[in-house]
Amino acid sequence: MTAALDLEAVRKDFVVRDNGRSARFTAVQDLDLSVPDGQFLAVVGPSGCGKSTLLDLVAGLTTPTSGRILLHGEPVTGPATDRAVVFQQYALLPWRTARKNVELGLESVGVPRKQRARLADEHLDLVGLTGFADRYPHELSGGMKQRVAIARALAVDPRVLLMDEPFAALDAQTRESLQDELLRIWRATGKTVVFITHGIDEAVYLGQRVAVMSPRPGRISDLIDIDLDPVPGEDVRSDPAFGRLRHRVWSSLQQIEDRSETEVAHV
Amino acid sequence: MSSSTLEKAAPTLDPAPEDYRRRAGLTVDEVQTPRFLPALGRVLRGSAAILAFAALWEVAPRIGLVDAVFLPPLSTSLGALADLVSSGQLTEHLQASLTRALVGLSIALATAIPLGALIGRSASVARFLNPVLELFRNTAALALLPVFVLILGIGETSKIALVVYACFFPVLLSTITGVRTVDPLLLKSARSLGLRPLQLFTKVTLPAAVPTIFTGVRMAGAASILVLVAAEMVGARAGLGYLVTAAQQNFQIPAMYAGIITIALVGLAINAVLLLAERRLSRWRPTS
Ligand SMILES: Nc1ncnc2c1ncn2[C@@H]1O[C@H](COP(=O)(O)OP(=O)(O)OP(=O)(O)O)[C@@H](O)[C@H]1O
Ligand SMILES: [Mg+2]
Repeated sequence: MTAALDLEAVRKDFVVRDNGRSARFTAVQDLDLSVPDGQFLAVVGPSGCGKSTLLDLVAGLTTPTSGRILLHGEPVTGPATDRAVVFQQYALLPWRTARKNVELGLESVGVPRKQRARLADEHLDLVGLTGFADRYPHELSGGMKQRVAIARALAVDPRVLLMDEPFAALDAQTRESLQDELLRIWRATGKTVVFITHGIDEAVYLGQRVAVMSPRPGRISDLIDIDLDPVPGEDVRSDPAFGRLRHRVWSSLQQIEDRSETEVAHV
Repeated sequence: MSSSTLEKAAPTLDPAPEDYRRRAGLTVDEVQTPRFLPALGRVLRGSAAILAFAALWEVAPRIGLVDAVFLPPLSTSLGALADLVSSGQLTEHLQASLTRALVGLSIALATAIPLGALIGRSASVARFLNPVLELFRNTAALALLPVFVLILGIGETSKIALVVYACFFPVLLSTITGVRTVDPLLLKSARSLGLRPLQLFTKVTLPAAVPTIFTGVRMAGAASILVLVAAEMVGARAGLGYLVTAAQQNFQIPAMYAGIITIALVGLAINAVLLLAERRLSRWRPTS
């Protein structure tokens, strides 16, 4: 299998103000990661460990200070429609209807108007929003807005879908139904997905593999394969194997926490 | 009212898509029915105050509360207005004023919005220019009238230039603010979808700034009439400001009030047109 995404020794420094003087802050360092084509990778890690930084780098929204990011073997030079991002806060344009929001990415690559509208409606159908194309974002619930954002990301037919805690702002029930929709869409489209989350359950439920990130500076500290085979009609979450994997991810995160506590104790 | 509050308080589960439609359909019905009555009430209350004011204007001179020579009853002033209309004089003055105001406003919009957008793109340029722009905006345009007359003469040019000046700064400053306060997340997500800088500007920054720009445009609309009437009072041979002063100097008091009423109506009309335009451009906003 060829890797969809390769990160080699990636480092990202930010310039920050420290007591009025500018200083360097290393957000991620020595970050290596390879994501096979078509894989659903979940990323977990403590707050501030550099998950969003990693996603911005892959999206091409920021450039690495050093290291390389390859997409299907080609270096990433900036944002392009071969990758699409779904943000936690939806980021829909409030003055555009759902259809027009989905069309935004298609406009950037110059798809003709008629085809744009058709593609937008198709993708709204795909996320279960048939009949809502003419609604403005303020007329939609949080879950529906996130469905529009997912449709918008998929409409440009990206090879890699990048998601930054997309369901974190939703209530439990909405989250569960969107998780299942996302799995369905992923199976139907075969896209590579990098899915950032704070939820261990969510990571184990969605991911084929879970990457655990540790902070200061951010790097991948553990990779856990999720080898569950779900039985149709049964909740995989009640499978004992799910519980074991869940515990495995939890312990990995716990180690990071213990380590940072001893660090603090030594300071 | 209370029913829609209840709707909102209901727990927001995430039903299957079919339920969305039903739920959304419900909401539409409930919002539309009760809206008519409050609107009617508002219109009645609004016109009640106007009617009371008109009655006071009519009665006060008649019962000797004020001198009828200096403040003739409303009906007399309206009679003078009718005379001005039928003699064609009002059309002439109205046309002169409206032309100047609209030409001036258009020039200001056509220059201030692009310039403001340009300045707003760079934080450092905006910070650097802001003090001097505030200074210009807060310099009463009328104080500059002598300067304009000195340089441009007393013809059309100086009057239009004064309107341009008065309209330019509110629009410029609101455009800068509007462009600078666009939600960075919107820009980031649009950038991630591959939009190039010019597309970002026309598809995200500018539409996001429209509501803010419009507050400046409405201020400009009000300012245009204000400074224009004043300029016409000082030196002009046509225009509503000229009509008012000329009538006063010839002791045609009812005609003077007719001119003032017209100026008030023009101000209202400009504001109404701009409000309408604003509403058309921001139909997407939640009506609360
Ligand atoms: N533009 C920036 N300038 C300076 N520092 C930054 C910038 N962006 C992120 N950082 C720092 O880099 C570190 C990683 O931030 P990042 O947003 O990637 O964390 P995260 O893992 O996504 O956290 P969370 O789970 O809370 O979203 C943090 O310490 C943050 O303060
Ligand atoms: Mg984050």
